[in-house]
Amino acid sequence: MEGQIFQLQYAMDTFYFLVMGALVMWMAAGFAMLEAGLVRSKNTTEILTKNVVLYAIACTAYMVVGYHIMYDGGYFLKDIALDGAASAEALTATVLAESAKAGFDGGAVYSNASDFFFQVVFVATAMSIVSGAVAERMKLWAFMLFAVVMTAFIYPMEGSWTWGAKSVFGMYSLADDFAFKDFAGSGIVHVAGAAAALAGVLLLGARKGKYGPNGEVNAIPGANLPLATLGTFILWMGWFGFNGGSVLKLGDIANSNLVAMVFLNTNAAAAGGVIAALIIARLLFGKADLTMALNGALAGLVAITASPDTPTPLVATLIGAAGGVLVVFSILTLDKMKIDDPVGAISVHGVVGMWGLMAVPLSAPGTSFGGQFVGLLTIFAWVFVASLITWYVIKMIMGIRVSEEEEFEGTDLSECGMEAYPEFTGSRGSGM
Amino acid sequence: MKLIMAIIKPFKLDDVREALSEIGVQGITVTEVKGFGRQKGHTELYRGAEYVVDFLPKVKIEAVVGDDLVDQVIEGIQKSAHSGKIGDGKIFVSTIEQAVRIRTGESGDEAL
Repeated sequence: MEGQIFQLQYAMDTFYFLVMGALVMWMAAGFAMLEAGLVRSKNTTEILTKNVVLYAIACTAYMVVGYHIMYDGGYFLKDIALDGAASAEALTATVLAESAKAGFDGGAVYSNASDFFFQVVFVATAMSIVSGAVAERMKLWAFMLFAVVMTAFIYPMEGSWTWGAKSVFGMYSLADDFAFKDFAGSGIVHVAGAAAALAGVLLLGARKGKYGPNGEVNAIPGANLPLATLGTFILWMGWFGFNGGSVLKLGDIANSNLVAMVFLNTNAAAAGGVIAALIIARLLFGKADLTMALNGALAGLVAITASPDTPTPLVATLIGAAGGVLVVFSILTLDKMKIDDPVGAISVHGVVGMWGLMAVPLSAPGTSFGGQFVGLLTIFAWVFVASLITWYVIKMIMGIRVSEEEEFEGTDLSECGMEAYPEFTGSRGSGM
Repeated sequence: MKLIMAIIKPFKLDDVREALSEIGVQGITVTEVKGFGRQKGHTELYRGAEYVVDFLPKVKIEAVVGDDLVDQVIEGIQKSAHSGKIGDGKIFVSTIEQAVRIRTGESGDEAL
């Protein structure tokens, strides 16, 4: 009887993990729509191509080597089907022994294949962050080359120091020495993605016409705000998997309740972020800027991701709201510094991700501001420097920016040879 | 025969169409256009940065009518497209020398 209950618990926790992973996978669609909405229509096909291809690259590179670097899962995941057992026949007995050792209320026992699936969609999320910041001017193939290095090596390295519990180049352990906590990846996923994006943007430069010679900041309005809004809602929904799945276990009362709390807090923080960002935008600009409200939702989500399991719903809302305030000022400040980020990814994921990490000690016992800061610095420094070198090498080899003429024509034509909305051109066969 | 060309606000198109139908205008051609007049465009806001929209969307209506209808058509458009606010548009009238109906070959007023 006990064995059957353990089998059911294994089934439930594996199923939960897979469904949460599928929700996170859907965030790739959210990023694609958000970015397609916030760029000009002449760059739509290219940004969509980037989004679908980076997802595929992340899945492949993480399967080949990334998961092994991060969790010792084996190159090419070669033995993952055995789920830790010596042979296929021994699978059930091995897992049952593992469950009995952990106990019904103990650590989660789930399929290793489900763990890989849940982990790999996080890698894709980190990479998705980069594509929006470098939009409208980067060469497609330079971006893809970077995606390979990021998802096969840069991300798995910092992931191994945090969730993989390995020491940082043998010097110190973030978990043991600093009690570093980053529940679902405000730092590991979001600051990491933003640091890679920032390095790319610094080498890439601003879009033509974004900044005037006398310091003026020119607006380059996004082509489709309905798509940007849909993308934000999709990300919001996917985030329930991102944070909810990071509890890692559903199969007992304490953990089920925790998963529910994480859903609740995640939602509350996003709501707080929207309200705060919209109010700040109204106060600063005199108008209700939708794009800031959308960034506010994502800022709330990023801010709560480092510790969605410990705050009360009110504190979660406030943490999200602070993220919403921060993101508006950060976007304006980056524009003043002439760091051109068409979708606000560096502000949303980087600046607010840092806030999320530093807000952890407000509600999580055992953590400290100092410890969180060391973790933040470790992740940021590693990803930024490694990315800067990678971008630089790619720039030397093949260049990372399209020509001025191609930028004017739009990357849809220069990189993909295809327009997103061809019916406006009136060519034969388009129905006009 | 006269060509009546009017630039109006897009949201007034249905009102103008109804007014012209009542007068007995047999057909009109409508084009979505952009331009500026004395209003000189307006400013919009995106992520904290203001930008000027130089050309505003308008609708251009063209109708060729017999000389007997011209005054009624001008009055009809002027009344139906009127909102009293800046940017209501303009009406231009010019003479048409000839008109031919392609299907039947009729010409002149018969073709309208």
